[in-house]
Amino acid sequence: MQQIIHFFIRNKNFLLFLLLFTISIAFTINSHTYHGNRFVSSANFISGSIFGFKSAITEYLGLKSQNEKLAKENRELRSRLLNVNPSGEVENTNPPLVVDSTYTFINAKVINNSYGRTKNQLTIDKGKKDGVVIDMGVMSPEGVVGIVSHTSSNYASVQSVLNTNSQVVAKFKKSNHFGTLVWDGKDPSILQLKEIPRIAPVGKGDTIVTDGRSTIFPEGIPIGTVSDFEIEEVGDYYRIQVKLLTDMTSLKHVYLVQRVDAPEIKALENEANDVE
Amino acid sequence: MWNNEILQNTVRFIVLVLVQVLLLDKILFLGYINPYLYPLFIIIYPLTGNKGLLILLSFLLGLSIDMFSDSGGIHAAASVFIAWIRPFVLKYSFGVSYEYNTMRVHSASLSQQMAYVLSMVFVHHFVLFSLEIFNMSHILFILKNTLFSGVFSTIVIFCTLYLFAKRTT
Repeated sequence: MQQIIHFFIRNKNFLLFLLLFTISIAFTINSHTYHGNRFVSSANFISGSIFGFKSAITEYLGLKSQNEKLAKENRELRSRLLNVNPSGEVENTNPPLVVDSTYTFINAKVINNSYGRTKNQLTIDKGKKDGVVIDMGVMSPEGVVGIVSHTSSNYASVQSVLNTNSQVVAKFKKSNHFGTLVWDGKDPSILQLKEIPRIAPVGKGDTIVTDGRSTIFPEGIPIGTVSDFEIEEVGDYYRIQVKLLTDMTSLKHVYLVQRVDAPEIKALENEANDVE
Repeated sequence: MWNNEILQNTVRFIVLVLVQVLLLDKILFLGYINPYLYPLFIIIYPLTGNKGLLILLSFLLGLSIDMFSDSGGIHAAASVFIAWIRPFVLKYSFGVSYEYNTMRVHSASLSQQMAYVLSMVFVHHFVLFSLEIFNMSHILFILKNTLFSGVFSTIVIFCTLYLFAKRTT
């Protein structure tokens, strides 16, 4: 017994190290497996207010380009509004930004943004209080940005599409062939679209949009254009490089989107999974 | 004297975390190379200080960085690791006698300092990027990241060491 106690005292630093190292690894694995239940996240009071404070100061540096972006979006929306047919139907202009009223939107500001790592996250200045919930889609005026992964009362963190854990269902605008959009961690402007079957017609410059299947994003939100493609050595699939339309390095104003009946669809899918 | 040391380390802790998350994490030289200055806390922690306390403080330091950058526990793991191996690194860079005299890190010879800082930084970065990328099939990518960021971090750490070194004359 005495020897055991002696052993503990002699190796107390090593044991402390082992304990804390294991806790850290557990946090790391936890953050890899499922978003939403992580222990440490930037969507908390301390880091949220520090990032908010910093953003309030540095905001002015990008005002001009942000204004231009918003003005461009306004112009596009206005022109679409005036192009409404006499029959009251909206012309099928591209991109079809007019989505069904089954979606609600929240606007937010990005207060912290990362794009140089392999697991990138953003922090935004809206939280539970403003109706933000986990799994809401996040988009910029130009296209898709990411998915809400964690919320606190005033802030939320967003798993960017530039995260090797992210997977977004995407499809070709012209042919409806769909696949999964992932990121290989290399170039922050290029994503990879997988699982597009060989029979699909693919050409450089084709537009990739979101697919309504996932209930996170409305159908038809632009993501990017095909910049390069090749057929995988094994299997009958294409490996397609997609150039993002959104400049992930200069994000400021974003929209959060949620399908109103998403909880119902989720519940139904879970039920079906449980039966299996 | 003892109180002064606590205060000094507390201020250093907070300043390093803020500088890291608000300034250095935004540098992204060539798109992905980022310097990490916060291991400096562990590097210049008093040589005769309590080792258990250092391990605990390193954990908190890393966890604070993780909290700001949403990275799970990778910075905490890397910091705890170098805090634990610090006595061994000290021993081979400065010789066995480091424990008995009151030498300071920046009063040793340059090559000894180099060996000490480089080993600490590279071990830290290797653990950090291994956990971040979390896939041993990308070992080349891990090593590349470790090398480039490691060199950058070492330069920044040395500059800071010399800028804030206390003149002993």
